[in-house]
Parts: sequence; structure tokens; C-alpha cells
Amino acid sequence: MPADTANSTSRLADIVAVACAEAFRGDGEIFGSGMGTMPMLGARLARATFEPDMMVSDGVAFFVDGDLPIGATDKTIEGWIPFRSVFDTLWGGRRHVMMGASQMDRHGNSNISNIGDWKQPKAQLLGVRGGPGNTINHDVSYWIPKHSSRVFVEQVDMVSGIGSDRGGHGIPCVITNMAVLDFDTPDRTMRLRSVHPGVSVDDVVEATGFELTVPSDVPTSREATGDELAVLDRLDPNGLRYREVPDPE
Amino acid sequence: MNKLTTVDDAVATLESGMTLGIGGWGSRRKPMSLVRAILRSDLTDLTIVTYGGPDVGLLCAAGKVRKLVYGFVTLDSIPLEPHFRAARQGGTIPELVEYDEGMLQWALYAGSLRLPFLPTRAGLGSGVMDVNPDLKTVASPYAAPGEDAEELLAVPAIRLDAAFVHMNRADARGNAQFLGPDIYFDDLYLGACETGRRFVSCEKVVPTENLLDEGTFHTLRINRSMVDGVIESPNGAHFTSCEPDYDRDEAFQKDYATAAKDPESWAAFESTYLAGSEADYQEAVRAR
Repeated sequence: MPADTANSTSRLADIVAVACAEAFRGDGEIFGSGMGTMPMLGARLARATFEPDMMVSDGVAFFVDGDLPIGATDKTIEGWIPFRSVFDTLWGGRRHVMMGASQMDRHGNSNISNIGDWKQPKAQLLGVRGGPGNTINHDVSYWIPKHSSRVFVEQVDMVSGIGSDRGGHGIPCVITNMAVLDFDTPDRTMRLRSVHPGVSVDDVVEATGFELTVPSDVPTSREATGDELAVLDRLDPNGLRYREVPDPE
Repeated sequence: MNKLTTVDDAVATLESGMTLGIGGWGSRRKPMSLVRAILRSDLTDLTIVTYGGPDVGLLCAAGKVRKLVYGFVTLDSIPLEPHFRAARQGGTIPELVEYDEGMLQWALYAGSLRLPFLPTRAGLGSGVMDVNPDLKTVASPYAAPGEDAEELLAVPAIRLDAAFVHMNRADARGNAQFLGPDIYFDDLYLGACETGRRFVSCEKVVPTENLLDEGTFHTLRINRSMVDGVIESPNGAHFTSCEPDYDRDEAFQKDYATAAKDPESWAAFESTYLAGSEADYQEAVRAR
């Protein structure tokens, strides 16, 4: 990004939102789907800026035209996407979803189902939901709000989303509150792509429970441009992103 | 033919040990009045097939479930269902079939088409294969010359002994209508169910000639050949959503979820809301 468009007022949540949007760059006219505030904001920011053809939904059952602020109900419907059509679209590969994960290993296998033994878990979470179908059929990126060795583990307790060693379609990136990660390595295991401003490479390595590939030169995640900040304020007028990603102390 | 019945008469046709499909999705348009009727019954050892919400939580808490077939259980605005969590963490559901959401659709669709299975990629490589060791794969019979045949997951058909769905409108013969944004997979539960116990509850029973008063013909996805019993059950999906008739009762759901986390609070919740008839329940909800 050209330095002259950098905006010194980017806060961490803005940088994360931009990183989430960047995950969708190059996707074109497919369904860009975000589960939760930050992924939704990322998809909508991408559509409002560099991916104008991407389709986004209201999270209920409709594709919406134009900018839809988080939580807004006044919308222009451009299509109907009930769950059955979501399944058709995703099995057809015309989707890129960004979702959360409670655990992830170095191959990108993710878990949202349960913690502990599946037969009688220590903590029951959601169940596998659409994770298996999503990850075998189309790109799945992840948003991890709290980067820690409890999330990034040697082995997940239940594989709800499949990674590179189990036939996964592909994971463009994993975005956390500390860094952006990807699988751009010869054996498609996790690599540190960039660290957010104020975060060191050592911080990330320490907060990751498996061996991470760290290139010799790790760039800093880019800041939001002035234009992007304006769009973010329009899409998230109540600043929900700052609640999800607080400023570092 | 008039198929009108009541929730209790519908539930009286069920027997312990049966496989029951419940429509809706998470905490959306669930046939809650029929679920509440099961809670009042002495039915046990049920197999429940559903995109789970508070129906699963309530039935687990009441000890009605022997086997659960699910892709998730959630209250949507409250991500984790407390009764379901307690049942899983306490190991009180004897048998579990955890599927990908799309696999569950495929299982019901295969059942409704009288096919033994339907192929898919969804599930392959995932933990679903590990925890369901009986799942089989099939090789594509259409591999291109010189190419390996793709292995696909053969999702086995599910057949139901009984199916419950909640619609916005229906006529007395079982033509039923959804007026909200999504039918979910409700038609598939009815399709996958044996004739005799396919029940549609609805907000309002209307004359056939009035079915198009509130929605276009596209909303008539359930026809009377798919339905054996029709129940007029106003507010019957409460506390789940039933758009456009009503939204989810978020305050009630929050109270439900809070009460579910503590035995004493749950006993109080049960005696306030679940000790009497459906009419008593609705009266208690109005009195809040």
C-alpha cells in the first residue's frame, strides 16, 4: 500500500477489519460470507471498495445490494438465499466464508464442535455445523479474536473444518487480534504472514501452541486508508469493531 | 377431508422408541407446542432428528431422548443451548449422530425420495467420519478414462416415524404455507416420514381460497398429500421466531437459558410454564 495514503488514526480494530476484507480480494462475483461482526464487516468492506461484484447477505435469507451497515434493517434486496440455496451455492463452490474456530492446528483443521473427548466432552460447543461441507467445497478463512495457545493447538479435539492434510479446499488466511497467518509453505502448514502494529514476532510465536513457520522478514499488517476508514464508519456506525477488538493497553 | 386435530391428540399417536423429525432451524419456527405436548406425555427413548434449538434442549432435559441426529444445537442469539450442553457434558444422551448440516439435508432428502443414500463431498476428511464409523463411501461410476474414480460420502437415508413442523398458515386439509424468509427443511421432514404421523401445526387455519391472501403461490411448498394432521396453534412456535407473525421472544429465551443453568431456577421455570396444558403455557407467557 502506498505510504501516502496510510492514515495514522487507524486503530487495531480498523487494521483487523482491513485484513478481513483483504481475505476476499480477488474473489469476484461469488458469495462472500462472514460469520460474526468482524468477518461480516470485512466482507462488506471488500465489496464497498475493491470487490464490487462480490455478493453479501444480511445473515438472514437475502442478498443485499449496496452498503449494509451492521445491524441495519433498511436494505435493498437483490436476491433470496434461504439455507437450501446457501447449501447449493457452497456445494457449487461459489462462496468464500470467514468464520470462527475454538481450536486450530498447523494444517488448518478447525474445531467448533466440542472440547475434550467427543463421547462426553468437557465443553459442548456448537457441533460441526456446516464446517465439513464448507471446507471441502470452497475457500474458508478464519477470524480468531483472541490469539492464544488454547486456540492454536497441536491437535484439535474434533475436526469440524478440514485443513490442508485432510483434503481441504483452501484457507486463504487466518486473521487474529495479533497477526495474519496463511498456509503459503511447501507442506501447506501455517505461516506468519504479518504482525499487527505493536505486536512482535516473538509475541505471536509464544501465543501459538505449535511450530509456526516464520519468514526472515515479517511485514507489519497494513493500516486502513482514509477512504477505508470512512467506509468502515459508514458500515459500522456504532463502532462494534472497537468492542470486539479493543485498543491495546 | 378435515385433518384438524390437537397437539395432545397428535402426540398421543406416538410411541416410545420412535424416530421423530422436528422442523425449523435453531431457535426459528420450531413446533414448540408439539414439543411441549411431548414433555407432558410419558413417551421415552425417542430418536430426534433436527437442526437443533430449544426443542432438543427441552427434550434432553426431560430425559426423552435416546438418540440424537444433529448438525448443531443453538439458540441463535444465544449460541450455546444450556440443556444440550449439560446433557452432552453429563453423557446422558445414549446415542449421537453428529453430521454436517448439508449431510442432514441429504439424509432427509434421500429418505423423502425413497433412495438408500445420496452422495456428497461434505463430511469427507472431517471428524464426522471418525465419530460415525458406519458411514460408507462410494466410488463415482463416471470417472473419466485414465482418471481415478472420485470417492464420495454416501449419506444414508433417514426415515421418520413422525414429523412435526410449524407453519404460518394451513388449510384444514393440510396445504400449508410459510410466510417468513425461509422454509428451512420442513418439507423434507414431511417427505421422509411414514404416512400417518405427519403433523403441521400453524398460527392460523384458513379456508383454502384464502391461502393466497397473505403470500404468493411460491409459499405453498407443503401440499396435503404430505400431511396427516393439522393443528391450529397460535403462538405455537413461542419462544422461537415465526416471522412475520412474531419475532423470537428474546427476553423469554434469555430467562429460559438462565434458568436452565441452575436446577432450582429450572424447577421454578418448569412449574411456571411447563406444568400445565398448552393453554396454561400461553396464559403464563401473557402474564409475564
